[in-house]
Amino acid sequence: MARVDCNHIRHAYGPNPKSDKDFALKEVHQVFEDGGAYALLGPSGCGKTTLLNIISGLLHPSHGQLLFNGRDVTNLSTQERNIAQVFQFPVIYDTMTVYDNLAFPLRNRGVPEADVDRKVRETLDMIDLASWAKKKARGLTADQKQKISLGRGLVRSDVNAILFDEPLTVIDPHMKWVLRSQLKQLHRRFGYTMVYVTHDQTEALTFAERVVVMYDGEIVQIGTPAELFERPRHTFVGYFIGSPGMNVMPVAIDGKTATLGSQRIELPGAPQTATGPIELGIRPEYVRLGREGMAVKVSKVEDVGRHKVVRANLEGREIAAVIGEDETVPAEPKVRFEPTRINIYADSWRVEMGA
Amino acid sequence: MEKTWNNKAWFLVLPVLVLVAFSAVIPLMTVVNYSVQDTFGNNVFFWAGTEWFEELLHSDRFWEAMLRNLVFSFIILAIEVPLGIFIALNMPKKGWAVPVCLVLMALPLLIPWNVVGTIWQVFGRNDIGLFGYYVNALGINYNYVQDPIDAWVTVIIMDVWHWTSLVVLLCYAGLVSIPDAFYQAAKIDGASRWAVFRYIQLPKMQRVLLIAVLLRFMDSFMIYTEPFVVTGGGPGNSTTFLSIDLVKTALGQFDLGPAAAMSLVYFLIILLLSWVFYTVMTNYDAER
Repeated sequence: MARVDCNHIRHAYGPNPKSDKDFALKEVHQVFEDGGAYALLGPSGCGKTTLLNIISGLLHPSHGQLLFNGRDVTNLSTQERNIAQVFQFPVIYDTMTVYDNLAFPLRNRGVPEADVDRKVRETLDMIDLASWAKKKARGLTADQKQKISLGRGLVRSDVNAILFDEPLTVIDPHMKWVLRSQLKQLHRRFGYTMVYVTHDQTEALTFAERVVVMYDGEIVQIGTPAELFERPRHTFVGYFIGSPGMNVMPVAIDGKTATLGSQRIELPGAPQTATGPIELGIRPEYVRLGREGMAVKVSKVEDVGRHKVVRANLEGREIAAVIGEDETVPAEPKVRFEPTRINIYADSWRVEMGA
Repeated sequence: MEKTWNNKAWFLVLPVLVLVAFSAVIPLMTVVNYSVQDTFGNNVFFWAGTEWFEELLHSDRFWEAMLRNLVFSFIILAIEVPLGIFIALNMPKKGWAVPVCLVLMALPLLIPWNVVGTIWQVFGRNDIGLFGYYVNALGINYNYVQDPIDAWVTVIIMDVWHWTSLVVLLCYAGLVSIPDAFYQAAKIDGASRWAVFRYIQLPKMQRVLLIAVLLRFMDSFMIYTEPFVVTGGGPGNSTTFLSIDLVKTALGQFDLGPAAAMSLVYFLIILLLSWVFYTVMTNYDAER
């Protein structure tokens, strides 16, 4: 297991990148602690797979350095870095048995057959496939195949990190839960450094201790699931995390008051002065629908089962509010924002509020 | 659901039955008719029974042609399959070179067979042929008109030139269908170049290779046009394959009875091969 340091890493796919636009990965300066479980979360094309492939060595970064436990591995091959990677589509060696699939990486490294056997049996137990050892790998289900891909990484006891590239995409929903909890269990028991790429927020939030949110080739926020929810550092994080995403509306700030159209919203503190367009962000969960506050026009109510999502119009802007499953929309609906849950953004980045 | 039985539906298949009857069944039946009779012309026939079949199966000429056919098929498979795989592995996977390579590969396949024969007939001549002339200039005595081995070499090179592309294209199709993740995983697993070929590329090509081998085998077993144009079955009988022998018997000597018997045996062999082809393919699919 190793600590992974990304030292000012930038990457462009084309030759001679000039402006920021040419970079798929603008600049990543980030430490993945030894034994941590990280999720890289972001929409398609945000550079998360690029970053993962740079860590695994499938890509060589245009700029920057990669360190494993302080040792520079930037110029080492994938094999020399000794990492494991699980891909979106299960990669198995069709013609081999489950046992041989797991033995493959060890045999390639010339490990004595006795050790191969011991390690493979251990791994088969870990991934719960011991009874399938002699079966041909081609006949397995997608989730079993994905476990084999994972097993080929686990079988090497000295792997520096295990990387996952959207590993559950082709897995049935009910198996996703099972696999994810098995992954967490493995992580807890053996303390692997794990980096997990996904665009599914549920997957990221349930798997990882720290979620790294990426947007447009940059890391916009790193935090625990709770931090991402309560204090998104960038409006993108607000949109991307949560369902529905955060309500963001342009406001004018004057001391401890925000003005939205003709409405005045009291803030818990005065935001620090900042340049750029000012916006106010509030999660739908913290928008209270009732008889007091700012008048809104409700356009539709979506019942999603556990709760209802109310779509309404406030001062010409669409906002969403979450209300309980049994609550109803009052005749003359009004909304109130929970003051402590309000975030203020300048130029899309969060600004701290003073007292 | 209740099934409706209506025998009028048979009328819908009638056109096909009529077509097949006229194009295949009736001509085949006339062949069967010839094979059990003897004729000296003027539409006078004598019953011959199984005489022609017995004669055929006891004739050295038939078995020699058959042996030549099998040896020929074996040699060209042994060359074209590995060569085809090798070329497919080395073809570019991306960029402008892909269409260029594909067109170059497809060219020999687009040339009519008798033209291929003519090309090589001229190409190999030692007086005006580019190939024949320079091979002789190198000090190698090469003359496909006189030397049986040279004739075989010419016919084999010609077939390799003509048909290796088919194997290449089929293998290439199998190769490009392998997702990048497989190669990346192999890198991570520390697989050697050979292991990548053995455990990733070959299994993915297995299916198309099977088709390639069977197609090439059946095709080479029926080969006629090219050797006919280049060597005419000679020198002597050294490149007289079954089909060439058949045409010689039927149209050269006008021995309709023996030729008909030979056609039927030849037909049964091809039928048997088609059956093997079909069975292997369907078994393979079931196994997947």
